[in-house]
Amino acid sequence: MTLNAERVSRAAGGRLVLDGVDLSPRTGAMTGLLGPNGSGKTTLLRLLAGVLAPASGLVTLDGRPLHRVGRRDVARRVAVVEQQTDTQLELTVRDVVRLGRIPHRRAWTPASAADDAVVTDALERTGLTGQADRLWHTLSGGERQRVQIARALAQEPRELLLDEPTNHLDIQHQLDVLSLVAALPVTSVVALHDLNLAAMYCDHLVVLAEGRVVARGEPAEVLTTDLVAKVYRVDAEITSAGPAGRPHVRFLGTLPG
Amino acid sequence: MTSASRAASAPASASGIRASRRAPLGWTAAGIVALCASVAVAVTIGPADIGVADVWSVIAAHLGVGTGAEGVSPIRDGIVWDLRLPRTLLAAVCGAGLAVCGAVLQSLLRNPLADPFVLGVSSGASTGAVLVVVLGVGGGALSVPGGAFIGAVCSFALVMLLSHSLGGTTDRVVLAGVAAMQLFSALTSFVVMTAADAETTRGVLFWLLGSLGGAGWSDVWTGTAVLVLVLAVCLGHARTLDAFAFGQDAAAALGVQVARTRLVLLCATALLTAALVASAGAIGFVGLVLPHAVRSLTGPGHARLLPVCALAGAVFLVWVDTLARTVLAPQEVPVGVVTSLIGVPAFVLVLYRTRRTR
Repeated sequence: MTLNAERVSRAAGGRLVLDGVDLSPRTGAMTGLLGPNGSGKTTLLRLLAGVLAPASGLVTLDGRPLHRVGRRDVARRVAVVEQQTDTQLELTVRDVVRLGRIPHRRAWTPASAADDAVVTDALERTGLTGQADRLWHTLSGGERQRVQIARALAQEPRELLLDEPTNHLDIQHQLDVLSLVAALPVTSVVALHDLNLAAMYCDHLVVLAEGRVVARGEPAEVLTTDLVAKVYRVDAEITSAGPAGRPHVRFLGTLPG
Repeated sequence: MTSASRAASAPASASGIRASRRAPLGWTAAGIVALCASVAVAVTIGPADIGVADVWSVIAAHLGVGTGAEGVSPIRDGIVWDLRLPRTLLAAVCGAGLAVCGAVLQSLLRNPLADPFVLGVSSGASTGAVLVVVLGVGGGALSVPGGAFIGAVCSFALVMLLSHSLGGTTDRVVLAGVAAMQLFSALTSFVVMTAADAETTRGVLFWLLGSLGGAGWSDVWTGTAVLVLVLAVCLGHARTLDAFAFGQDAAAALGVQVARTRLVLLCATALLTAALVASAGAIGFVGLVLPHAVRSLTGPGHARLLPVCALAGAVFLVWVDTLARTVLAPQEVPVGVVTSLIGVPAFVLVLYRTRRTR
């Protein structure tokens, strides 16, 4: 059992951003959300996180409506890594990862030894142990994403939502971040722009266009010349030349219209 | 924004690695000692020539300890017990309260320039207080602190409304605050100039610039009660305030009920600001400057930041007020004038630093 969205809709500025979208991520798998800018990926992730409420439809966590679960309880189960984050405070890497313990702590009580142990573990799993005392401001984009993932892990989530975590990263760090997420024993939903990265790492893909699901399934089923032409208006050649026979998309040019 | 400029802007962080900055209770303990020492010394300083031993024996006598203060005239006794001590204590309460308000507002609004004075809350509270004092608004049913509170809430509501409709970004909040500050200052001046006689005008203006001159024990008790209440509420939200480090959405994703938290904490800071303005006028910049200085000592965690902020603000304002009442003695400089003289360069420094870290 995990997160589930049933026919969720949401409007913004008089326009339907999401129009009756279903999403049932498989437990323990990595689901990729694809689609052009404005197709509703970010909105769908925000609905799944419970930060935004659907105008119609229902998001459930283990079958319970998300708005009945309570914000703190949601945050103990579902962690979010935003596209790009910044702070004005002078925080160390460890300070940022500690934020992940907030939903588990009570008011008036300092962090417990158990909290510290979880933080240390999250730092280790993301390979940040040696960087724990560095300041956030001095980190590169890839390192910041890694720290945010470590913070998310400190929440001890079973569901992890990531909104274009590879944006603004160089190619090495893009692969690095996604292989880190793919190796985690959580149910993850990742919004991505890069079709090849999605094909390489995701177990399952959902393609959105203008707020609706236009395709879903395994990468090899979903990524077709037709789909890329229809959704992105791009001419592409798709082979199974990716790692482990995964689909590989080679772009040939834009299509008219 | 390059990592080099980030590193350069954080002097405490050679090569981006920061040495241990946390002695868990060290700064709080140091603050308590510094505050007690400051109050003890500050009450012995003043234009009336009263010996140090006499001052302390008067206070000891009133507290019911010591041998009593024989040989000290009732006038001198009154100067120490009814003027100097409440004034010094009120300075401590105001400094503590303003610094805590500043720290909370800065975190909540994610703006390093947020402070009750900059956001126009103090001006709104002044207007409310002046309406009660000069025009008798409320017909006696409304006390001066009550009027100040309503004024503070009105101006805060205006700032939130303005900044929201202007786009809600952090710089908009400050711009809206400046607009509110100007509006309420103008309203206050208008009321004072048109409705008050010369005597009231002088008294009110002196008080609007921020002055602890009228401090009495009732101000001390009211201020302390509100300070303790608001500080308790803020400390209860310490962990929640930490969650705002990466913005409202990130806080929501960490399980914070953002709208409720904002409402509670904004009302709490408005209440505290109102209580302080009602007894000491609009003292600017304490809330702006102190939290930044303290954050560099304690780190950004609010459970440690807020108590140390309160103590540092208290010590700071005790000394600034001592300076204000002695530097031109027997003339008195309004304490708000001194805090602004110190605060404006610090304000520029904060602006300069945020420019470099952006």
